[in-house]
Amino acid sequence: MSGGVDSSVAAALIKSAGDEAIGVWMRLSDVSDSHSELERSCCSLDAAEDARRVASQLDIPFYILNLEREFDEGVLQPFMRAYLEGRTPSPCVDCNTVVKFGALLGRARLMYECDAVATGHYARIGHDGGRYRLFRGLDQAKDQSYFLYGLGQEQLAHVRFPLGEMSKPQVRAAARAMGLATADKRDSQEICFVPRGDYRDVLRERAGWRAEPGPLLDVDGQLVGEHFGAAGYTVGQRQGIGVALGEPRYVWTIDADANVIKLGRRQDLETRTFEVEETHFVSGEPPADAPGGSSEAFRAEIQIRHRGKPASGMLRQLDSSRWAIETDEPVWAAAPGQAAVFYRGDVVLGGGRIVRSDESVG
Amino acid sequence: MPIYLDHAATTPLRREALEAMLPYLTEDFGNASSGHGFGRRARAGLDEAHEKVAAALGATPREIVFTSGGTEANNLAVKGAAWAGKARGHRIVTTTVEHHSVGHTVRYLEKFGFEIVEVPVDRYGRVDPDEVEAATTSRTVLVSVMLANNEVGTIQPIAEIAARIRRHKGVLLHTDAVQAAPHLAIDLRELDVDLLTIAAHKFEGPKGVGALYVRHGTNILAQQHGGAQERYRRAGTENVAGAMGMARALELAAAERAETANRVRELRDSLAAAISTADGVQATGHPTERLPSIASFVVAGVSGSAVTVALDLAGVACSTGSACVSGSTEVSHVLSAMGYPAEEGRGALRFSLGRATTTAEISEAAQVVIRTLAHQREAAAEVGLQRVAPAAKAPGSDQSVAEASLG
Repeated sequence: MSGGVDSSVAAALIKSAGDEAIGVWMRLSDVSDSHSELERSCCSLDAAEDARRVASQLDIPFYILNLEREFDEGVLQPFMRAYLEGRTPSPCVDCNTVVKFGALLGRARLMYECDAVATGHYARIGHDGGRYRLFRGLDQAKDQSYFLYGLGQEQLAHVRFPLGEMSKPQVRAAARAMGLATADKRDSQEICFVPRGDYRDVLRERAGWRAEPGPLLDVDGQLVGEHFGAAGYTVGQRQGIGVALGEPRYVWTIDADANVIKLGRRQDLETRTFEVEETHFVSGEPPADAPGGSSEAFRAEIQIRHRGKPASGMLRQLDSSRWAIETDEPVWAAAPGQAAVFYRGDVVLGGGRIVRSDESVG
Repeated sequence: MPIYLDHAATTPLRREALEAMLPYLTEDFGNASSGHGFGRRARAGLDEAHEKVAAALGATPREIVFTSGGTEANNLAVKGAAWAGKARGHRIVTTTVEHHSVGHTVRYLEKFGFEIVEVPVDRYGRVDPDEVEAATTSRTVLVSVMLANNEVGTIQPIAEIAARIRRHKGVLLHTDAVQAAPHLAIDLRELDVDLLTIAAHKFEGPKGVGALYVRHGTNILAQQHGGAQERYRRAGTENVAGAMGMARALELAAAERAETANRVRELRDSLAAAISTADGVQATGHPTERLPSIASFVVAGVSGSAVTVALDLAGVACSTGSACVSGSTEVSHVLSAMGYPAEEGRGALRFSLGRATTTAEISEAAQVVIRTLAHQREAAAEVGLQRVAPAAKAPGSDQSVAEASLG
């Protein structure tokens, strides 16, 4: 229970279904004690208070569970390392796989003898032919399956998404109807551990990042300016310098080692081929049953960002964890580090982390 | 019905105390400082509360200052003595195991130039009176040592400390008796201290009321201003009902103390003996110089907070040592001061009994605790394997680790 309306309603639905529910707020970072003014952050103790109020309204036990170490090692450090190495992190994916449906689920089952962990995610779990399947949430505007592709069979057997069939307005209405304290609380927008909405603060405060200016090169390799520090940029970010060059410029590549950032025009960031690594399949293996597919190659829709439009394409296995992707139509700004999630319709097949996009083919 | 073994956190209000309070919440609602009949009736109640609390402690009524609780009384004692003595000295001597209402207060005073000396404790949580005296210089304004510790129940040698401090003229001696008051006889005609703190809700009185004993002639500065209440030592409209509830609860606790303490001690001993048979359990605090109500342990290979959660779900309410729920993993400063390494301190547990605790509750609790500890040690060992891969691993591989651990 984050203290938001979604997990509040999820808890209420578990309870009203007749299951024994236990509310848990995860304490993920020491920011919890020191910044109570951060009311929009799900990591602040105010949020824990909101969760506690809802638990009390629902008359269920409520505990604060300390998962600071797991969050630090599994989410925060990879997040910072990604930026420092010029990649785009996916902290919400990591948090789901490592913290919520890793450490929390493990504790819930082993230490507190719970059968499952329920969250307020907008996604659905189904079961057929002996396997659990993960689906997009019914509310397309809220669908959070992109962040959940890392879940496996053993986890899905013990996870519940009570909001999977609901729309956000329905969830709000349910919260109001039940009189839950969080019914009208606004949605959190930012990454929960980035308090002022600027991840560079996190790099400065926690990784001791000192921005070092370096060259800003244009498409043709020409020096067009200076950037303030490579870790402060993400691929696809628009650069104000475009005005002077006649058309908009975007961050195309980030070479953290050389501290060089290369800009491109909109079309330069388009690509049809890229690779993913650390590939994971929800069912445990690639979909061999696909039309025209085999365990080494199959077609799917590939989505490279939350709420991004999926692109149809072909996936070919390179080795045990790497796959090459070729989309029918170009995708834009496939940033290394970002998650590429494979779908077939509403079904989440799996996903991986983008390693590189092949510029020569783009 | 859950079993409540957290009386050191708070106790239920006893019926007699509630009854003593009710008239002052209803018909005798007057402001004790008003000159009319309504006020006079309230004032009469307040006077009676002063008298009863004073009588129970071996003090005189005007030596009792009612406050909003133990924390305020400790703040008043420590800050009040420090500021009053500032012209003469700036040194405050205390211990490493005080409650935060003393410990954090002296740290606050440190910012204003006071010199804080924290005398260490031994493995059992006791200070050496000679060390307290050695730390006390001519510049010392206050010595503050708790009477009994809230986390491990160890009783401090206050009489011996008092005897030594008396040789140093002008040094005030404060003792935080919040945990001691329910179970130890306190007679201020013998216990030679200048300031003593008690809190009503620890002995079945209401929450929101405490008292500071200020020995006649002791100069402390008020920390709250704006009225002449409590002889200018604590401004603010008096909580007459609270004071009456506190007085009645203390009066009864004092009358029943010997009998209650014996019964509670026996139950505590049987609980402690049972729990000590479990694997990895080690009792903390002094083996004999301890409150009769507290059984405290460190358990190897478990997290104390996880155990308290599991026990709560199993119907036994206890704590890790203090009533902190913010999920901080910070290890108890008391156990650290007693020399327990952080890894052992993580497994702290405190069971605190009360007057109403029954034999049946203790035998059931003992079984539940033993069963829970065994399960937690097993689960914690398994979850320990789950420790997420070092940060160098990317999510894909973390995933496999997290997943593997669930099997």
